[in-house]
Amino acid sequence: MKSYFKNMKTITKVDYATYLGVILAFIVVSICQSQGLVNRSVSGMLVPICAYVCMSISLNLTVGILGELSLGHAGFMSVGAFSGIIAAMSLQSAIPNDLVRMVLALVVGAFFAAIVGFIVGIPVLRLRGDYLAIVTLAFGEIIKDLINCLLVGWDENGLHIALNVDGTKSMSSLGLSENGIEIIKGAQGATGNARIATFTMGFVLIMITLIVVLNLIRSRTGRAVMAIRDNRIAAESVGINVTKYKLIAFVTSAALAGAAGALFGLNYSNVTAVQFDFNTSILVLVYVVLGGLGNIWGSIIATVVLYVLPEALRQFSDYRMLVYAIVLILVMLATNNPQVRTLLGRIIPRRKGAAIDE
Amino acid sequence: MEFLSYLITGISLGSIYAIIALGYTMVYGIAKMLNFAHGDVIMVGAYVSFYVTMFAGNSLLGDAPSALATGAVALVSVLLAMAVCTVLGVVIEGLAYRPLRQAGSLAVLITAIGVSYFLQNAAQLLFGANPVNFTPVVSGQLTLFGGQLRISYVALLTIVACVVIMLGLTTFTGKSKMGKAMRACSEDRGAAQLMGINVNATISMTFAIGSALAAIAGVLLCSYSPVLQPTTGSMPGIKAFTAAVFGGIGSIPGAFLGGLLLGVIEAMAQAYISTQLSNSILFAVLIVVLLVKPSGLLGKYVPEKV
Amino acid sequence: MKKKLLALALALTMALSLAACGGDSGSNADSTGEAGTEENSGASGTAFKVGVIGPMTGGAAIYGTCVANSAQIAVDEINALGGDIQFDLMVEDDVNDAETSLNAYNALMDDGMQILVGTVTTTPALNVVPQAYEDRVFTITPSASGDDVISIDNNDNVFQICFTDSNQGSRSAQYINEHFPDAKIAIIYKNDDQYSIGIRDNFKSEADARGMSIVYEGTFTEASQTDFNVQLAAAQSAGADLLFLPIYYTPASVILTQANAMGYAPTFFGVDGMDGILTAKNFDPSLAEGVYLLTPFSADAQDKMTQNFVSKYQEAYGEIPNQFGADAYDAIYTLYQAIQAAGVTADMSNEEICDALIEVMPTLAVTGLTSAGSEMTWDASGAVSKDPTAVIIENGTYVTP
Repeated sequence: MKSYFKNMKTITKVDYATYLGVILAFIVVSICQSQGLVNRSVSGMLVPICAYVCMSISLNLTVGILGELSLGHAGFMSVGAFSGIIAAMSLQSAIPNDLVRMVLALVVGAFFAAIVGFIVGIPVLRLRGDYLAIVTLAFGEIIKDLINCLLVGWDENGLHIALNVDGTKSMSSLGLSENGIEIIKGAQGATGNARIATFTMGFVLIMITLIVVLNLIRSRTGRAVMAIRDNRIAAESVGINVTKYKLIAFVTSAALAGAAGALFGLNYSNVTAVQFDFNTSILVLVYVVLGGLGNIWGSIIATVVLYVLPEALRQFSDYRMLVYAIVLILVMLATNNPQVRTLLGRIIPRRKGAAIDE
Repeated sequence: MEFLSYLITGISLGSIYAIIALGYTMVYGIAKMLNFAHGDVIMVGAYVSFYVTMFAGNSLLGDAPSALATGAVALVSVLLAMAVCTVLGVVIEGLAYRPLRQAGSLAVLITAIGVSYFLQNAAQLLFGANPVNFTPVVSGQLTLFGGQLRISYVALLTIVACVVIMLGLTTFTGKSKMGKAMRACSEDRGAAQLMGINVNATISMTFAIGSALAAIAGVLLCSYSPVLQPTTGSMPGIKAFTAAVFGGIGSIPGAFLGGLLLGVIEAMAQAYISTQLSNSILFAVLIVVLLVKPSGLLGKYVPEKV
Repeated sequence: MKKKLLALALALTMALSLAACGGDSGSNADSTGEAGTEENSGASGTAFKVGVIGPMTGGAAIYGTCVANSAQIAVDEINALGGDIQFDLMVEDDVNDAETSLNAYNALMDDGMQILVGTVTTTPALNVVPQAYEDRVFTITPSASGDDVISIDNNDNVFQICFTDSNQGSRSAQYINEHFPDAKIAIIYKNDDQYSIGIRDNFKSEADARGMSIVYEGTFTEASQTDFNVQLAAAQSAGADLLFLPIYYTPASVILTQANAMGYAPTFFGVDGMDGILTAKNFDPSLAEGVYLLTPFSADAQDKMTQNFVSKYQEAYGEIPNQFGADAYDAIYTLYQAIQAAGVTADMSNEEICDALIEVMPTLAVTGLTSAGSEMTWDASGAVSKDPTAVIIENGTYVTP
């Protein structure tokens, strides 16, 4: 057994350590929760933290592994959230079991986000650098605007969908029957959702995301993707199909973000499209960059720390966000300071898996 | 006539975007960083001008100030706003961005976002979250065609200011010694340093100019739409960033053209298609343009070397 | 491998310490929350723990801070009476964000909140209310006016001080139909805001039912609320002579300024969100001359109660309170009367308090700042019934036409 571990590659060890860490954290938190040691603030944050962890792992796949800066990742989360909510709400009478519906919602969320990811990915991945970044931002905003116009209701005749482009339609134009449910009311978002997301579900989703992403990275596909990141022309010259591999990474990332969105959306009774705007994309990007590009467990820890930070800073009341901003700047300055880096390098050995820097 | 008035609205809005985009694009060209805090510098500039005008109105000017006095106050407020923003820009660059000169572009991006949060929240603590109504630097309007077409003087001033700034910047970067140093730095920072150009000073200078432009943009923006609050700068900032990319980031005429087009598209989409989707239409046009010309309208295509 | 394990251990400790940190923050917030009211609540020992959730930072901070400040004034007044009923006010920030509002709610629950005054805005309320319903926390919202707030999940524990949006929309249409029967109406509303959409939808259906002529509808969003030149030009060319503005006063002030710059002068008709426009910092009040609005509160009103409240507020915070603050002040006094009527005490659990207060709410009749001299009553659904008054702005003050 010991020799088995010794012969493992460092990377594999880190992967196993990541799985182990997540499982341990889940067990510890679950035990604490069952013993009543966790207060409501913390337990209320568990599901969103899980959703954001999945978001940052999936964004890391685009930004860290594929090496393309995306500023519209929240758009996929939004697609996942709303399609997941539609699935969960319209199946309410057909499938009374919450767990089954939750799983279905995750699958539907991932599926639709993947489709959107594919549609967005084809034009986007032709561009490079900041041009790519601005186009992902543009798509994120377009998705937000379209969902803002979306009216969806359900009755025994099935789904009723309308796009309120000129602002003249309202829920009544859907023509729902009496026992119909209004699912998405345009800019008012989805109200009265069933809150069926649980921490366990969140944990399972993190594990699935980890398995998908880590296996993808360590596979032949992943190596091709990283080769493209490090030198596109060289990768092309050895016969790697750049568009194909870029799309694989991008669509996977979008699908995982969609699942995270479905988890997130079904944790709240009210979700609006505005919640998934440019600022949310930036927030997740901050998690990824602080955690380290291409560094999966770094993303997990950075997400947890940075999600909890503004809540932990509640005692500063008005100064809360100011302190958050200062902490953010200082952390960026410190982690990029050569002296601090050498110091850290002594404690934690350098890892391969560089960045898209330069 | 309707069309003309929409067009003028679009051009004057676009001129504001263009002035902001000029700042973005200069900083990007030389420091190779997306300065997301640029939009918030605009907000600071507007606040400075607001408080100067209010102070002057309360204590210096009488009840019925002459047009000349109001004009002088407006001018002084703009100059002071430019001075404060210049200092602010240089300080931000020195404290937050300079230590990251060797770091990756994403690290700088995140720091810029941090600076943006900082400015917004500091402004809220200093000035309050309550929106204030900005006094336009000029008021009144020009009436043409027997009252069928009205153009506010603010719109005219904005358009003129934008053209003057664009021409000035083009001359400055083309002819002056500092301008040449800037172009050298944006071309190849290492080589510029070897030629004896003080790269740090040049970058500071760029931030100074960009921030001064931001102050002008802030005053014009708030003269155009008079509500000023700590979050005022963020959306125009993003739009201007889009404009800079639209025209080809790093290019001064590109930022000018991108800003103008963006403003006109926005106004036309709002007027004739849908106010709901005007932003989407704008972004859709951007996507199409970038697919046809992947480096923006006037951007240089740089072939990759192996 | 050793180093990896070390890193992992470090990570775990970090995560755990964070959890602990989250716990700490709760108790800390508690202490700061109490600090504000210590001098008063110390007297009787036990006080009702009342939570306020609203935007204290960010774009909507003006509403949240005004609610928190006004609620504090009411609480201080009640505590100063020295009776059995004492309040301990705890305020948490939600940045007008649905997600954060639930975190704020949980933080308050950790601090032992018994009654919720909140949330200030509708979108966060739709997240907090179902949770409060589940936990049986009595909720009285000063200003979350969405129809869904009192109806979501068929809740029974939520009561509003403000009008519901549907009520305001149909009342406005009614008023306009009676006073401007031939008006060609244009509407400009904010279509990513529940408040604005709610009023507009009900206005439109009422107007359609009455056969009123709506010639133009323009929309804007959070991102585009600084420029209305296009919408105004379109309304003008559609020949609209009455502009209905179911929006807050900040964008409304831009509309008034830009319409003036264009030389477009229809009759402007606002709703309660328009209140505050005269006191907007540096706004030229002459632009608002002749503006109609339907509002339950006016800071200029001459009655003793309003004068007392406004002067206290100005003294403490240096600003003139808006209608949100008045709603919050009324919310605390309504709560005070309800507690008196139900005879609940501060040592009861939130469930007991909730059930008892729900019982008495429909029996109450409260005179407050926002009831325009008459009384506010509630039905079991939680909707308030009070008279909206239409006022016109003349010489910088509200005048009843």
